[in-house]
Parts: sequence; structure tokens; C-alpha cells
Amino acid sequence: MIKARITVTLKNGVLDPQGKAIEGGLASLGFEGVDSVRQGKVFDVELNSTDKDKAEADLATMCEKLLANTVIENYAVEIIT
Amino acid sequence: MISAVIRFPGSNRDRDMISALGKIGGNAPLEIWHTETNFPACDLIVIPGGFSYGDYLRSGAIAARSPVMREIAIRAKQGVRVLGVCNGFQTLTEAGMLPGALMRNAGLRFVCKQVKLKVENNTSPFTSRYQKGEVIPCPVAHHDGNYFADPITLKTLEDGGQVAFRYADGTNPNGSINDIAGITNEAGNVLGMMPHPENLIEADHGADAGRRLFEGALDTLESEAA
Repeated sequence: MIKARITVTLKNGVLDPQGKAIEGGLASLGFEGVDSVRQGKVFDVELNSTDKDKAEADLATMCEKLLANTVIENYAVEIIT
Repeated sequence: MISAVIRFPGSNRDRDMISALGKIGGNAPLEIWHTETNFPACDLIVIPGGFSYGDYLRSGAIAARSPVMREIAIRAKQGVRVLGVCNGFQTLTEAGMLPGALMRNAGLRFVCKQVKLKVENNTSPFTSRYQKGEVIPCPVAHHDGNYFADPITLKTLEDGGQVAFRYADGTNPNGSINDIAGITNEAGNVLGMMPHPENLIEADHGADAGRRLFEGALDTLESEAA
């Protein structure tokens, strides 16, 4: 089995109102020096396969087709085991 | 003309849309479940508002990958008119049938209010019954209506006259770039918009400026439109 972690983040230049609100929350808690917070998503995916190359290609296709909206988001695929 | 309303799990403005199409078009629209691909030919397909699939992942993301959307994309290429309102607009962008994306409202709050819309383009079937530059009232109700497109896409939309409606008089409720409230595809037969014209079709709604959008989309005769 292959375990992978996909991280989806907003592209630079795309405003992130939720990240801004979280930034405000941290400031309210007294954390100083937080320059910026950007919110993203993490997907842990388990594949019934042992072929890591194929898994990486399949996971990238999954990101392109569904997990990320590439108009506004970037994605990164990491094979964990 | 024959119209159809698509239903996903979580659609909730479908009944308003069915009522508007029936009242304005004179006959009830087909009601199409999202798993269908083999539905009768129709002239106008409407994707209504709501929260398809609970808006999991991203608003409209799962709906955009459903079987019915593949069929709608094929028919749109053949010239069938497609209207997506609110969640329908989000679904059309997620499906790649319209450019850009709809993000969380800049103010982070769900907005349910009346805004003003300026008609930017009256060359599409949907906007042909309006005057260019006309300002109409229209209700909005959404959490993810903040339209975004990269600068190149935005320029293409603006230069190509694909912006159909813009929030007017400082009523942009969600931070949309260039105050964009609705856009068409290049051919003009696909319109996506966040505001709800189906909730603005009779005196009891406070105004009926939304009627003309459906009259244009359904090609009703001017005499019927009176």
C-alpha cells in the first residue's frame, strides 16, 4: 500500500480572506510577529498499489481533475510510505 | 422552447427556478436528476442554486464532475443555452465551462440581500431584453460569490464583452474582482451569475426585472413579455 499526502495551497496573488481572519485570531490570542497566514487543505490518500511512479502520476491527475482548482490553487504530492 | 432544471443532492433553489420557468415560458421545465445523461433534447438547461453535495471540497466541485455535467458540456458546445445561478455558476466554473473561480466572500459572511446590477452586455440571449448600461435590483444569497480570474483571463473577459452583469453603485457584496456578478462564455450561450433572477419575476418579489432574463433565454414573444 502507498500512503501519500497532498497539500493544496492558494496561489500567490489570490486573496485569502479566511487566512486573514485566522491571522486576526492569532493576534487576538496575543501572538505577536505573525506576518501572514494562508489557509490550505491536506488530503491523506491511501492507494492499493506498490508502483510509486504510477501512484505519483495518478495522484497528480487526481489533483488536476478534482482535488485542486488550478485556477486558484497549487498542489504538492508527497509519497509518505 | 423546452427548458430543463438540473437537480443535485443539495440543490435548494430548484423549485423557485422551476416555478419561474413555468410561469414565464408557459410550460413546465423538465426536471433532471444529476445521474442522467440521456435526457430529452431541450433549448435551455438551468443549473439552480443551493449547496450541491454540501459544497464539500469546494462549492460546486463535486457537482461539476457528475455525469449530467459531461452531457451538458457537450450540448453547450452544440449551442444549447445553459444558465447557472449561484451554485450553478460555481458548478459551471468548476466544470471549466466558464473561466475563473468563485471564492469565499471577502467579508467571510453569508450575504442575503438585494444588490444592484448593471447590464454590461445585451448581446447574449439572456441579456437581449435589457438595455446596455441599465441598472436593475436583484437579490443575492451566497457565501462563495467572490469572483476571481487571473489578469490575462480577466482582460479576455472584459475585452470580449463576456461580462454580462456587474454589481453597481457600490453594492458589490462579496469582493468580486471588477465587480463581476455574471459572465458568459465566448459564444454567449452559457451564462453564470451569482444573483437570483428567478426571485425577481413578479410584483410580490418587489420588482420583476428578472423576468426579461428568462424571456430572452426562452425567446418568448414580446407580446407575451408585456
